[in-house]
Amino acid sequence: MLSLIYLIGSVTFIVGLKMLSHPATARKGNLIAAGGMFISILGTIFLYTHNGEHLHNFWWIAGGLLIGGVIGLVSAKKVKMTAMPEMVSLFNGMGGACAALISIVEFEHVNAETTSLHLLIIFAGLIIGSISFAGSIIAWGKLNGKIKDIAFKGQHIFNIILLIVILAIAAFVIGVQPVTMAWWMLAVLLLSLLYGVFFVLPIGGADMPVVISLLNSFTGVAAACGGFLYNNPVMLTGGILVGSAGTILTILMCKAMNRSLKNVLIGSFGGSNTGSGSKEQGAYREIGLSDAAVVLAYAHKVMIVPGYGLAVAQAQHACHELEVLLEAKGVEVRYAIHPVAGRMPGHMNVLLAEADVPYEKLLEMEQANPRFNTTDVVLVLGANDVVNPAAKSDPASPIYGMPILEVEHAKTVIVNKRSMKPGYAGIENELFFRPKTAMLFGDAKAVMQQLIAEITQV
Amino acid sequence: MDILSFFEQHMEMTYVVILSVFLGIEVISRVPSVLHTPLMSGANAIHGVVIIGAIIVMGEAEKDNYPALILGFLAVILGTLNVVGGFVVTDRMLEMFKSKKNK
Repeated sequence: MLSLIYLIGSVTFIVGLKMLSHPATARKGNLIAAGGMFISILGTIFLYTHNGEHLHNFWWIAGGLLIGGVIGLVSAKKVKMTAMPEMVSLFNGMGGACAALISIVEFEHVNAETTSLHLLIIFAGLIIGSISFAGSIIAWGKLNGKIKDIAFKGQHIFNIILLIVILAIAAFVIGVQPVTMAWWMLAVLLLSLLYGVFFVLPIGGADMPVVISLLNSFTGVAAACGGFLYNNPVMLTGGILVGSAGTILTILMCKAMNRSLKNVLIGSFGGSNTGSGSKEQGAYREIGLSDAAVVLAYAHKVMIVPGYGLAVAQAQHACHELEVLLEAKGVEVRYAIHPVAGRMPGHMNVLLAEADVPYEKLLEMEQANPRFNTTDVVLVLGANDVVNPAAKSDPASPIYGMPILEVEHAKTVIVNKRSMKPGYAGIENELFFRPKTAMLFGDAKAVMQQLIAEITQV
Repeated sequence: MDILSFFEQHMEMTYVVILSVFLGIEVISRVPSVLHTPLMSGANAIHGVVIIGAIIVMGEAEKDNYPALILGFLAVILGTLNVVGGFVVTDRMLEMFKSKKNK
């Protein structure tokens, strides 16, 4: 009976993932997978037997399920749409910690008859689970803005050495099976946690979704280790499925940003060129708030290009207000959404949907690009790399080949940024120095609100 | 040979692992970029299946083995957080996508 339940569980995970990858069926797919999870958990509690014995400690289990369930439900319901990625990261960390804890408890059962492969799997679960836990917590803190990017010279070498030490200790314990195993285990645990921290710390905040996706697949593998330990097919299929799908997803996300995984992890991308004075900057034109307001109010067609800056400033509501105000004045307002705007796929769609921007006003890149010719004003809000013409014209540019929004075809481009600092890719954007372009400096939200005030008076 | 005997004993498991790897790659090889984030979140919820291991640890622990009970209890809480939070967050994200289309 339990095998049947596990079989159904495994199938729901596969079907669920499949459905999640198509827009029309995604939500149903999620529910199907959730249903499979539910019956697998219930089945385990009531039907699982080991050497003919049922599980006990029901109250402990029920208590744990209840506490975890309530906290999970409440925090998932309450979290703001904009904070979704860090929430996912936090939950991922919990899964990693869970896998690590299982391995720790299993160390107790190790005895002279334990095979080295069994021990290897326990170690794998411990190491991967702890790395995933520590890394996810750091990723969560970074997306929250609580933890800054920290990188020191030779960090990659330090990380590699750390990893080698961890693996060496694990290999030693597996090979020799020393009596003081608990201490060695503790050392591996601590070093793995440390590695997780240093693995994520130097990676740029905007690259976090990719890292979370990677850690996600780590946790999948850690869960699969549990499946090996208990000969449990649903853990095994679920874990491996997430492990491989997560890896592919990570690569897909990198591709959408036209970067390689190596680039993201090492962060070498433009690292040397982030200073504002390192390159000939040319002259840019600044525009005042009232001038910008006039330009916008008397335009026929306005296209708003949102980016990471909009998300950081939480300016989506102010942005929607501006759009409503302009439309009331007879200006046609549309949004052009680059697929990786904000460096998190779908980020802008979700943000603007939260602010009740109608779906029809959001244009995808393919729809938006032909319209720039007839657009009077493009308002770039905190986006940079996705409108950088160098992606089309300069083969030496790191983002060469990435499809961009061709805003330079519009009559006027107003760019709102906080400063002239280059965007995440760390490269100059010649768009800012073109005669058609005017810069409007300031925090996206504050600028939006001031623009609204100015336009009301026009 | 340890490894050989392992494969002989765990033939099915080895097959399951290898086939699952390919299945995972196949299943999501073509996904629109808008869905990357929800898909990541959904996969995140699915690896919450590790909760089953936590339940087994908890359920097999002897009544007076407090370290195992406490660690297992913690593992059950964390695993449940992963599962419940993961699925609910994914559903909320996808709800956004849907409501947009209805408007």
